[in-house]
Order: sequence, then C-alpha cells, then structure tokens
Amino acid sequence: MSERATAQPTATERASGDVLAVESLSAWYGEARVLTDVSLAVQPGEVVTLVGRNGAGKTTLLRSIMGLHRHVEGTISWGGRELGKASPDARAKAGIGWVPDDRGIYASLSVAENLTLPPVVNKDAWTLEQVYEQFPVLHERRDFPGTKLSGGEQQMLAMARVLRMGSRLLLLDEPSEGLAPVIVQRIGEIIRQIKAQGVAVLLVEQNVKFASTVADRHYLLAQGRVVESLDNDAFQSRTTELLEYLGM
Amino acid sequence: MTAFIQYTLQGLSTGGFYALSALGLAVIFGVLGVVNFSHGACYMLGAVAATVLLDTLGLGFWAALPLVTLLMFVFGVLMERLLVRWLLKLDPLYNFLLTFGITLVLVDLVKRRYGVSSLPYQVPAGLEGRIDLGSLSLSRYQLFVSVFSVLVCLAVWMLLTKTRIGMIVRASTEDAERSRALGINVGRWVTPVFGFGIALAGLAGVLAAPFRAVNADMGSNFIIVLFAVVVIGGLGSILGAVVAGFLVGLVEAFGQAYADRFSQVLIFVLMALVVLIRPAGLFGKEEAA
Ligand SMILES: Nc1ncnc2c1ncn2[C@@H]1O[C@H](COP(=O)(O)OP(=O)(O)OP(=O)(O)O)[C@@H](O)[C@H]1O
Ligand SMILES: [Mg+2]
Repeated sequence: MSERATAQPTATERASGDVLAVESLSAWYGEARVLTDVSLAVQPGEVVTLVGRNGAGKTTLLRSIMGLHRHVEGTISWGGRELGKASPDARAKAGIGWVPDDRGIYASLSVAENLTLPPVVNKDAWTLEQVYEQFPVLHERRDFPGTKLSGGEQQMLAMARVLRMGSRLLLLDEPSEGLAPVIVQRIGEIIRQIKAQGVAVLLVEQNVKFASTVADRHYLLAQGRVVESLDNDAFQSRTTELLEYLGM
Repeated sequence: MTAFIQYTLQGLSTGGFYALSALGLAVIFGVLGVVNFSHGACYMLGAVAATVLLDTLGLGFWAALPLVTLLMFVFGVLMERLLVRWLLKLDPLYNFLLTFGITLVLVDLVKRRYGVSSLPYQVPAGLEGRIDLGSLSLSRYQLFVSVFSVLVCLAVWMLLTKTRIGMIVRASTEDAERSRALGINVGRWVTPVFGFGIALAGLAGVLAAPFRAVNADMGSNFIIVLFAVVVIGGLGSILGAVVAGFLVGLVEAFGQAYADRFSQVLIFVLMALVVLIRPAGLFGKEEAA
C-alpha cells in the first residue's frame, strides 16, 4: 500500500480496502450535544490525526467508532459496511483496535495475558514472537502484572495488544500524553511502521509537534465540530495560527 | 496459646463461608455489574436445601455438597435468564432492588414452608467430635471446613488464573466495557458466571448447615457482613474477596472470644479503618479522579 499525502481520498480508494468513514456524526451525553455533524475518513496506510483542545469531543468520537458510546446519530462505516448497532466486540473482531487514553492495561492480568486476551482477528496479525522482538521489555516483564510497567511501557503494551489482534484500524487516544520525549519518539516509529503495513491510524493528539511528525492529514475539532481538514504540509505551515484559533 | 489456635481455627472456618460467598459476589459484580443482594438468601437456600435433602431423600452431607452446589448453579442460571438479564441495561440500582425483592420472596417462601425455627442438621459422619493434641482440642468439622474452603478458593483461583476462561472473567471483572472493546463477547459469560457465583453461595450454605442455625433468616445477617467483606477486600477484586473473607472470619472469632457483644461492631470498625486508609479497599483499584 502506498502512502497518501492528499487531503481527500479518491473515489477508487474509497471503494476498496479497509476504509473508515464517519458521516454527519453527532453524539450526546444526556441532553448535552458534544459532537455535531462530524465527517471524516481514514484510508488504509494513512495516519490521520484529530487535534483539539480538552473537551473538544475527541475521546467521544473514538468511543463512538468503537461502539462504546451509543447515544449517536449519523453513520460510521468500516470496510464498506455500516456499523450501525454492532456491539463493541463485533467491531473489534472486524478489525478495529482501540488504545484508550488511560491505556487500558489490566492490573489483574500479566503482561503476556494482556497481550493474548483479545482474539486474533486477522491472519496477518503480529505473532507474540514478533511483538516480543519489537518490544523486548514486554518479553522481559511478561509475567509482571500489566500495571507494574512504566507509563511508556504500558503504552507500548496497549499498542502491541491490538497489533497482536491484527487490527486494521487503530484508534489511538493521546498515546504521547505524559511520556518522555524519547518514548514519544519511539511511539512515532511504531506508528510509521504500522502505517507501512497498510494499517489505518486515527490518532487523537494534543501534542501538535508530534502529530505533525507522523500524520498525513489532520482534522481540527473544536466544540464537537470539524472546523478544518488539511494535509500535513498545510498544517505545518499554519501551525501557530491554527493553535491560536483552537485556543491550545 | 491453645485458645489462640482454637479461635484462629474458628475464624478460618467462618471465614471460609465469607470467602466463598464473597468470591461469588465479586465475580458477579465484576462481570455483570450487579450487586447481588440475594447472595445471603442463596446461602440460606443452600443450607435449607441440605436439610431438606436429608429429610426427604435421606441424602446426607457428602451427597448434598455437590448436589446442592449444582442445584444452586441451576437456580442462578434461571434467575439470571428469567429476571436479572432484563434489567442489565438499566441503572445497576434496578438489579439491586430486584435481588432485594428476590431475597424477600425466598425468605418468606422458606418461612411459609419450613417455619421460623431452626432446622436440625447433624455434623456429617466421620467429622464429629474433636481432635485432641495434648492440651489442644480442635473441632474436626471446623478443621474440615477451614481446609475445604481454602481448597475450593484455591481451585477457583487456579480456574481464574490458569485458564483462558478465567483470564476472560478476570479481565471482565476488572473492566467489562474495555474487554468488549478488545473483542471479548462478555455477554456470553454472563449467565454461567452468575450461576457460578450463586453456586458458591449455596456451597457455603451447605458447609454452614452443620454448625450454624439453619433457618429462613440466617442469610440476612450474613449478607450485611458479606458487604463489609467486599468493601474491605475492594469491590471487584477477586483476591480481595478471599483475603477479606478469611480476615473478617478471624475478626469475628476473636471478637466473640474477647469482646463478645462487640464482635459485629469490630467488623465494621475494621471496615471503617480500611475505607479511611484505602478507600478502594485492600485490593481494590484506586480510581483516578
Ligand atoms: N460521561 C460523560 N458524561 C457527561 N459529559 C461527558 C462525559 N464524558 C465527556 N463528557 C463531556 O463531553 C465533552 C467531550 O468530552 P471528550 O472526553 O470526548 O473530550 P476530549 O476531546 O477527549 O477531551 P480531552 O482532551 O480532555 O481528553 C466534554 O465537554 C466533556 O465534559
Ligand atoms: Mg480525551
């Protein structure tokens, strides 16, 4: 799969492969509407970020795609099929991998169990050996309780877990948050590697500098609306202006 | 010293009932998000069933132990399928109320059928009397209950830690929503886990029958202490439930020995202390605010 640098996918790309397409999605918590008419698409092998300040609705969007947040209107389709009322586990089995903002590592499971808990849903999923090769520290600590790892290691574990599942779309919720620069860099490398394997990545980020080093395109989210959609070059040249606009 | 050992044994045997039942409560709460108020009534039902099996079919303790456990599993499965299931999507309070209602119905049905006075149940053959070791005299049955419940807890522990099903139950107990998002069909495990939790309460009831007064009300005090156990161990923690179960049993036994009327109070003092120092319980996960 080739890299995409264009801001909008072409019609043929849209028709083929594991494409995520969100159309006019709105979401509520009770009476409060937190997403309004959000539309976006992510192609295989493409890294797309969702940038926005605290409370913009980024996590809610990821949770809606995962089927965890149900109070929504609009459509979400994956691989050409509308997800509708599909359960979160059905979505995961269809190849959507969730890496939550709190990393979601189980304290009552060992590192190895954290990795092997999810079912393998794809034949070209990473094997456990591949995971350990890529992340030697997870091998070293495989019998430790998952939450005994450092924050950065937990982040690696959370990402490795969905790669071992064989997810074809990764929903990454602020993976760089609270981590040292060298670890953030490592996460960047992993994202590029995943991308090279044709996996689609929807990356929620507040670390704009980091976002611009890995992403092909960006959506800016403010108060639950997509206010701008632009490719990485445009994003980089207008960063200061855009951040000011977002109030970040 | 001999008194100390005797109280310890007594504590471990009562602790065994608490640990087994709290273990059931913990897996049910973890996987379904239901606080099963009827757990005490199920414990009572287990004990009553043992006496009824003896009276009507002449089946003694050793037959009752597996049979009642199995019957209570079926009872739990039916309860989940017919009632609990329908409220799972609503606020957890609804299932709390439902199981509270089930408790009232079960207790009254037993009262109606078997009256309010205690039903006699013998200590099983082979476990009567005491073992004398010099100045130390230990109840054979208490010894049996202590060892047996530790073994059952260990077996459940092995099941939970060494099998894939156990791994799924642990993961779902810790965070059911996250497990769903990782491709686990948590719903499939809901019914067997509920039945399993109820079966453990029933098993505790059978074990209690020979040395607790068996009557319709025996579960009402039990459930209160059980909630204290769960709070002390940490809601949703499986290891916490077991450790706190034995701990509370010990506190109760020593309380009865040295501070008779205050033994119940001591349990709640312990609970208050734990909550003050570790609000999530001894093994509970501290929630990030
Ligand atoms: N469970 C909830 N109940 C009610 N309102 C909520 C809930 N979760 C989030 N919100 C509100 O919805 C809005 C969007 O929240 P969301 O968590 O999606 O934002 P976010 O962009 O991920 O923010 P952050 O950068 O802080 O993670 C916020 O105003 C938030 O207060
Ligand atoms: Mg968020």
